Amino acid sequence: MKHNLQFDFIADEKKNTLTIRREFLAGRQLVWDCYTKRELLDRWFAPAPLTTKTKSMDFREGGHWHYAMVDPNGTEYWGYTEYLKINPIDYYTSLDAFSDAEGEINEDLPRAEWLVSFTDKGENALIETIVTYKSLSDLEKVIQMGMEQGMIATLKKLDELLLTISKEK
Amino acid sequence: MRRDIFQAIADPTRRAIITLIAVHAMTPNALAEHFDSTRQAISKHLRVLTECQLVTQEYQGREIYYQLEIDKMKEIDKWLEQFRRIWESRFKQLDQLLSTIKKKK
Repeated sequence: MKHNLQFDFIADEKKNTLTIRREFLAGRQLVWDCYTKRELLDRWFAPAPLTTKTKSMDFREGGHWHYAMVDPNGTEYWGYTEYLKINPIDYYTSLDAFSDAEGEINEDLPRAEWLVSFTDKGENALIETIVTYKSLSDLEKVIQMGMEQGMIATLKKLDELLLTISKEK
Repeated sequence: MRRDIFQAIADPTRRAIITLIAVHAMTPNALAEHFDSTRQAISKHLRVLTECQLVTQEYQGREIYYQLEIDKMKEIDKWLEQFRRIWESRFKQLDQLLSTIKKKK
């Protein structure tokens, strides 16, 4: 059975926001758990081939999530998210950051505010994430970081591979 | 100073200029009429846009017309496309996790 799950990705260059909407084949409570429990977050948050490793998490207003995305070579890229407002299972807001293994936030790198909302869509859940950057160049910097961390490079390699294969045909 | 697409669209006036000349090429004077800024300020923005290779000039008689380089504008889409894929890949993993949990129940 093939599902057509809603996926919107909208950049607003005036407001410096990214709006990402995605539908999931599960109830709201279950998806909420996947976003807010460390053992579940560790199983999906970092895009392959990176994996997620939580060092500490305290999901409450004023709490935090200190985690690393680990590449196949074992290199760790640390992140530190601070939770601002939480209203289970409707929404939460947070402030993300790049950090080190000790949880020291790197103030030179951009931080963005996240508003993650959970709504019902029939039997499914629709999650809307609005990420607000201070400026467009902050967003650019984050994409650049993604490249350095190998998230994008791998996908690019896949593109090249697909291109090679399709040419061979 | 850096000169790229992000620098070009970082400023609200420059974004407005881009929107105007996307429709058709315009002279700096015609452009300035749309803004409260001085003609000099508009020229400065046009210079930045030119240096970012987002606009090109075309001489018609004594007038200079500025036109938008559409292909250059597409660069920003390419950047965003890469970011979009990260989210896509992340969500596919969440799909799998959700289906695993549901099966266990």
